[in-house]
Amino acid sequence: MQVFTNILLGFLVICAIAASLSKNLLNTILIFMSYSLVMSIIWILLESPDLAITEAAVGAGVTSVLFFVTLKKIHAMVGKPAEGSGVQAEENSNNKGKEGVEGHE
Amino acid sequence: MSRKIPEQEYQKTLSFRLKQWFDGTKDPFVDTVEMKPQEEAGRDENIDWKRKREKRQRIERIYDLAHNWEIRSFQGFYRIFSGLFCLFLVAMLLIAVSYLPSYGHPENPANNEVAERYIESGLDETGAVNIVTGMILDYRAFDTLGESHVLFIATCTVLILLRKDRRKDENGRDIEESDRAYEPKNDVILQTAARVLVPPIIIFGIYVILGGHLGPGGGFSGGAIIGAGLILYLNAFGFQKTERFFTSRTYKVLSVCALGCYCLAKSYSFYTGANHIESVIPLGTPGAILSSGLILILNICVGIVVAGTMYTFYVMFRKGGY
Repeated sequence: MQVFTNILLGFLVICAIAASLSKNLLNTILIFMSYSLVMSIIWILLESPDLAITEAAVGAGVTSVLFFVTLKKIHAMVGKPAEGSGVQAEENSNNKGKEGVEGHE
Repeated sequence: MSRKIPEQEYQKTLSFRLKQWFDGTKDPFVDTVEMKPQEEAGRDENIDWKRKREKRQRIERIYDLAHNWEIRSFQGFYRIFSGLFCLFLVAMLLIAVSYLPSYGHPENPANNEVAERYIESGLDETGAVNIVTGMILDYRAFDTLGESHVLFIATCTVLILLRKDRRKDENGRDIEESDRAYEPKNDVILQTAARVLVPPIIIFGIYVILGGHLGPGGGFSGGAIIGAGLILYLNAFGFQKTERFFTSRTYKVLSVCALGCYCLAKSYSFYTGANHIESVIPLGTPGAILSSGLILILNICVGIVVAGTMYTFYVMFRKGGY
C-alpha cells in the first residue's frame, strides 16, 4: 500500500508541474481534473472519506465544468466553430494580437 | 459703494453674458463658432482603414524592443523585481514555518484537551456517529453557518458580474437563443448516459446528505454531488427541461429558506447552550437515521444551499441568468 501511495504522490507532483507548463488551456484543465481525481484517492488512503467525496464532486466535477464553460465563452477552445462564432473568434485573435490567449495556436 | 452703470455698458460685461448663458436666453456659441454635425465614426472606409493602420503602427512602435528603451528597461526591472519579490515571500514563509511546533510533539496545541474532548465525549454530546460531522455541525456550527453565507455571497457576486440583460447579439438573435445554438442538440450518447446516470447521482447525493451524521459525507459533499447531477442533466437535455422545475425564483426561495432555517435552528441551540437550558430536541439513539438532534436538519439546509449554488454557478457562466 505504501508503494501505491508513493506512486500516487509522484503522479500528483507530475500533474501539478504539467498543468503549469502545458501550452494548451484545454490540456491544462484535463490535467487539473486528473490531479483532483488522484487527490481524492489519496484522501481515501489518508482515511478521510468526507474530503474524498467533496474533492471528487467539486474538484474533478463542478470546477472543471466551469473552466470548460469559461474556455468556450472566451473562444479559446479549438474545435468545429458553431455558426456565427467562428468569425468572432478570428476577430478576437486579430485584436488581441500580442497578449492573445495561448490556447489559440 | 455700488456704482450704477448704463444698460449698454452692462451688456458688454462678462457677467451679463454668463447670466444669459445660465438663463438660456442666448447661447454664447451661436453665431460665433462654426458648427457642423459630427461625422459618424467608421462610415468612411478609407478613414477606418487609415485609423486601423495607425493603430497597428503605434503598437508596432511601442513593442519595438530594439528601439524602445523604456519598455526594455521596464522588462528588465520587472524580471529582477519579481524574482526578488518571490525570494522575499519564500523567506518570509520559511521564517514563519520555523516557528511552528515540531511534528508529533505531545505538547502541541493539536493534542490538547479540546481534541480529546471531541473524541471522548463527542458521541454522547452530539449524538453523531461521524465525529467530523458532529464537530462541524455542532461544536463548530457557527463556522459552517459562515461558510454557507460565503457560498451565498459568492453566488450573488457571480450574478452581479455575469448577469446579462435580455438583448440581441450582433447577428440579431436573442442572446439566449444564440447560446442554445452552442448546445449539443439531442446528442444520443450524452442523453442516454444522462438518463442512466442522473437518477443514481442525485439519489447518492441525497443519501450522502441524509447519512451525514452516520458515515462519511454531509451537507457540502452531498449538495455538490446533487449540483453535479443537475449540471449533467442540463447539459444533456437543455434549459427548457430544467427550467420546468428550477428557475432563479426557485433558487432564491430555497436558499433563503435554508439559510433562515439554519440560523433559527442554530440560534435555538446557542440560546439554550449559553443559558444552560436543557434542549427539548432529543439526541436519539446513535446510529439511527433520526438521531443527533439538529444535525440532520442542518445537513439538509447546507445541502440545499450548496446544490443550488453549484447549479446557479453553471447557469450564470453558461448564459448569465436563468
